[in-house]
Amino acid sequence: MSLYYVQKLLYQLNRDPGTQKRFAEDRGGLLGEYNLTQEERRALAEPDIGLLYVLGVNGQLLMHYAALHKIEWNAYLQAMRDGLAKHGPVREGVYAATGYEGIEAHDARLRARKEG
Amino acid sequence: MALVYSGICSHAPGITGRPERADPVVRDAFLTAFRRMGDDIRATRPDALVVIAAEHFGNFFMNNMPSFAIGMADFYEGPIEDEAFLRIKSRRVPGNKALSRKLIEGVIQTVDVTYAEEWKLDHGIAVPLHFLTPDDDLPLIPANINCQGPPLAPLARAWAFGEALRRAADALPERIALVATGGISHWPATPDSGKINEAWDRDFLARWAANDRAAMLSYNDADVYRDAGQGGFEIRTLIAAAAAAKGSQGIIDFYAPIPIFAVGCTVAHMTLAA
Repeated sequence: MSLYYVQKLLYQLNRDPGTQKRFAEDRGGLLGEYNLTQEERRALAEPDIGLLYVLGVNGQLLMHYAALHKIEWNAYLQAMRDGLAKHGPVREGVYAATGYEGIEAHDARLRARKEG
Repeated sequence: MALVYSGICSHAPGITGRPERADPVVRDAFLTAFRRMGDDIRATRPDALVVIAAEHFGNFFMNNMPSFAIGMADFYEGPIEDEAFLRIKSRRVPGNKALSRKLIEGVIQTVDVTYAEEWKLDHGIAVPLHFLTPDDDLPLIPANINCQGPPLAPLARAWAFGEALRRAADALPERIALVATGGISHWPATPDSGKINEAWDRDFLARWAANDRAAMLSYNDADVYRDAGQGGFEIRTLIAAAAAAKGSQGIIDFYAPIPIFAVGCTVAHMTLAA
């Protein structure tokens, strides 16, 4: 496990157009500069948002990374859910899933309260 | 008195990124309050706007993470987020390096603040600016409290940062407006995005409006994490704004949970003594 380096690469990618260019043109070379496991390298390269989430990547880094890949919001949330189903609970960090009724049910509850 | 405004607001990326998916009545009331906050700030004729944010890895990372930082540049770039995601154009936002420096020289008397001559904005500052200063006509002084990468500074240190900002601002001839931005309870960027503990939020806002230092500092991170999520760590910024108001009482201009924005949307200000 080298979550620190996974996150460091995401930090650089999310904020630096030069790193983004290298990621597009020489993904393998860029990833090779970080101390990553095989699983982490694959998750970053695909990108496998669900696995990155389970590995414990900070949600703010992951959200920006998903945006960089033009992954739509609902698809981003679903990718994390799929990751949990496939790989089990979040392994590190403070972005674990804690259970939620979902936005539609929540909206419906708020609407019912307003109308009631 | 050089601090002319102290307020708090939300900054969630969904506010600009997916507004069409929110209940339009609640959304419009929130955005009206947000824009009115900008009018109220301009009415105080400030020379600069300090935004205390809880940044999300635009600048600082776990290789060298400051608890407290203030920007010291004549311009800042951002937001870093993909434009299609945030729907805010990346640009240069004006700063005021000389004024930042004077403010930092004041703050550093009591708080070991990091200064930064480069600063990339993320949604944490870009979303508030989108509503408060849409014309980029007020110099920005970005400030940050680490709310992302534990270990985090204790709440009492966030309070001390707010006090230090107030002392530093009051020693200047310039007029400083301050806005702190953070979620209250929220679980952002997780599969639970949209979850909001409204009762917890309202209780926190009551403590904030009363400017009840002891009540605000009585939280601990374990309880906050359980009841308000990792997003709740951002109460540090809101606490700093209360401290900067030096005993003034607050008014909650707007609060409503908007799940698709992933946070209880908030606009509030302190009634600073004239």
